[in-house]
Parts: sequence; C-alpha cells; structure tokens
Amino acid sequence: MKKYSAFSLLRNAISYNRSWQKAWRSPDPKRKYDVIIVGGGGHGLATAYYLAKEHGVRNIAVLEKGWIGGGNTGRNTTIVRSNYLWTEAALLYEKSLKLWEGLSQELNYNVMFSQRGVYNLGHSLQDMRDIERRVSANRLNGIDAVVVSPEQIKAAIPLINTSANTRYPILGASLQARGGVARHDAVAWGFARAADAYGVDIIQQCEVTGINRDGGRITGVETTRGAIEADKVGVVVAGNASVLASMAELRLPIESHPLQAFVSEPMKPVLDTVVMSNAVHGYISQSDKGELVIGAGIDAYNGYGQRGSFQTIEHAMAAIIELFPMFSRVRMLRMWGGIVDVCPDACPIISKTPVDGLYFNCGWGTGGFKATPGSGWAFAHTIAQDRPHELNAAFDLQRFTSGALIDEHGAAGVAH
Amino acid sequence: MFLIKCPWCGERAETEFSYGGEAGINRPLDPCALGDAEWADYLFMRKNPKGAHKELWNHSQGCRRWFGVARDTLSYEIAFSYELQSGPEEA
Repeated sequence: MKKYSAFSLLRNAISYNRSWQKAWRSPDPKRKYDVIIVGGGGHGLATAYYLAKEHGVRNIAVLEKGWIGGGNTGRNTTIVRSNYLWTEAALLYEKSLKLWEGLSQELNYNVMFSQRGVYNLGHSLQDMRDIERRVSANRLNGIDAVVVSPEQIKAAIPLINTSANTRYPILGASLQARGGVARHDAVAWGFARAADAYGVDIIQQCEVTGINRDGGRITGVETTRGAIEADKVGVVVAGNASVLASMAELRLPIESHPLQAFVSEPMKPVLDTVVMSNAVHGYISQSDKGELVIGAGIDAYNGYGQRGSFQTIEHAMAAIIELFPMFSRVRMLRMWGGIVDVCPDACPIISKTPVDGLYFNCGWGTGGFKATPGSGWAFAHTIAQDRPHELNAAFDLQRFTSGALIDEHGAAGVAH
Repeated sequence: MFLIKCPWCGERAETEFSYGGEAGINRPLDPCALGDAEWADYLFMRKNPKGAHKELWNHSQGCRRWFGVARDTLSYEIAFSYELQSGPEEA
C-alpha cells in the first residue's frame, strides 16, 4: 500500500493523477481461507483489519453480496458517541470512541471524524432525571458527559427553540463533547484499504447462499461464486442476520426493521454540533457539504425492503421543526431506508454460536455505526481466540437464556 | 404507508393500526414445565423471515381487535388478512 501524504498528493498532481494505486484489489476467491467474514460493511471490514493487525491472521476473505459499504454503513446518520447508561454497553462504545480518535492516522485515510459534540435533549422532569443519572453513570465509567441548561444550549445552538411555549419544551440536555460525526463511506473505504494492505481478500458481488457444516463444526460457505472452505466464519450482516442464521439452523432474538433517514439541500453552515431528542424522536446534524442530515425512528413492522412508511418520516420531520422552526422552509433532497437488526434489549450480540467455528456479530439495531471500530476489534478477538474479550463477554447470545439482558432500551432512552 | 384490511372494518390506512409482531407464538400451556432454553425461545427468538410472514395487527384507532395479516417482508405486499380464531388458512 502506497502511503497517502501531502508529498504523494503533489507527486500525483505532477503526473496528472494517472499513477494512483488502486485502494484495494479485487481478487478471485481462493479455495480455502483461515477466516471468512460474511458482510463487507464497516463492521466486517474492521473485523478483517483487526484480525490481521492484532491477531496476525493473514489468510482472510471478506465476502460482500453487493459492494462494500453499500448497506447500512452508507445509509446511517454517522453519529458517534459513547454515553450509554449501563457499564457493559458504555465500555464497549467507549473503546470504539477511543479507536475513532486515532482512526484517520491509523488507517492513513481521512475518515473525517469530527468531535463536534452530541446533545441529547430532555423535555420533561423525568427526562432530566434520566439524563442526570446517565451523565453520572458515564462519569463513573470515565466517559466525558455534562448536564447543560436551556440557556447553555441556546448559547451553543442559537437556532434552537428553547422557549417554554412549545409542546415539548427543552428543559436541558446531556452533552458529550467528544462525540460527533464521521464520514461513513470513508470508514468503509479506509478499513478496506488498510485490510487489503495486510493481504485480506475483499470479494464483492459474492453472496453467501449456504453455511456448510460437518457434525457441528463449520467447514465453509456456499456462495454465488462457488463453495469456499474455511476454518472459521464470522457473520456480520446487520439486517440480514436472521437470514444467515437460518442457513445454519440457528434461532436469533432479532427482528429486522426499516430505518429511514433523509438529507436536505446543501446550505451555509448553521449547525456545528449534533442534536438528538428521544422524546420527540428526531436527530440532526449538518454534513461538511452543508446538508442537514436527519434520522427518523424505525418502522414498527418487520421489513427487509430498505424503505419505510411515510408517517414515520412525517413524525421525524415534525420533531425537527419543533426544535428548529426555521428549518420548516428547507427542502429535502433525498430520503432512503436501511434494514436494522433489533435485539429485544437494544444491545448487540458479539458471540460464539452452538456451531464450532461460527461466530455472529449482529443486533446493533439503530446504532451500529458509532461502534464500527470497536465492534470489529472485539469480534476479531472473539474469532481469533475462540472466546470473547472481556469487553464483549456480556454480549453473548446466551444472555437471552440466562436472562442477563443489558437493558439499554428503556433505561438510557438512547435512540441511536 | 400500507392499506391494511381489518376483517371487521375493511381497508384502512396503516396509521390506524398497531403492529404486534410474529403471529402464531402461543403462550406455553404448562409454564412450570419449561426450562430456560424454552422460555428464551418463547420470549425472544423470532423467525424474522425475508419473504412471506404471518403477523399480528391491532386496529387500535378503530375496532381495537387483533387479527392476522399475511405480508411479504421484502416486497411489503399484503396477501390477505384473517381472523385469529379461524386461522390463516382462509385466504
């Protein structure tokens, strides 16, 4: 891999940009790999990268049915934060946030990680009690968090409507200053390029159609490009987790839902932070291009169609206009949906399975993007060592049998 | 937005309904006989198929009755609605 630098930019400019190296190869699949990662999104590519870098595994393939980063990695609203209530979740997301902080340098790829702060608004006395509790829990876990007043919010975000004369008045917020946004495509491309440099085969347009086993032990996968043998298979396919699980006759506590987002026409900079509200259910930031990036909630029904219902968009838009009345005149440019895999406790599964050598990383629901590096890091450890790291031990599939759920859903009120 | 046919009120907009998840998950008849694995299966494990799906809907802004809907989770096409007492056989 040729290093990107100011010098390489200059050298390639002089040669009319004709000699840039391809960011990654497109090899044909080999007959056999040590580890196959199913799913070429951010999480899968990060898993392959950390497997190669941290655990010295060299013979790795990433199989992607479409193109890398074309699923939820390229469809989310790019918010990164780690202010989760429960210790298990907080430490996992904080590990991820720490990796984010050095990611551009580590990958030699600008992922445009911008720590512009994340505000989670409270609109009722109970919201504020929950925010105080969550902020206190975060600080005990060594995660930066403060409670801010409506006056402080108004000073930081002049456009926001903090008047008491609204249906859901803003009573305060939690602020995680280290949170922010990153460029989602660049995350996939950066991990792909860095993994490829370690010799990882990234095979696109290769859909897994079957999981081959021999007496409770994984032997490989069937794909649209033929059978490929493997000692270990890690599945990290977001919304399609249940489809892959059924190929190995496993049952997962997962339901797939459409989650929608949309962006506005580009505008001059108006919002230099991230604002989220669970009570009115909308979240918004402004991209470097100037578009407002707005996320909705999930549609209640199961769906794989990468689109949702109109009233869900309307609901999110009403919430945003409640917070920022000025945005009522902004025109929306594009909208889309992604398929999220939601667990009953809104926490992921990074786990071994009853099949030897088969591992699942799923259930990230609506908030997987922020975890991309941490998820890959923990999943790589789980696959390489055949046991979870202490950071993801609590996120075992067995917790649904033992009852040791990590109840982020209700308690933290964290949407995404 | 879906147009859902309530067996009692006819076709109505999706906003009048609440979703109830996978149909046909029956409460265990003898709960004391169940082990942890069976409880986990009953409470949490779901088929979540890509394609044909039988699911529960409640006409919460209408007659407030539960019924079943056969819907494709990929195309979102609704095949038919059915009363839970008579089962999904009648199309």
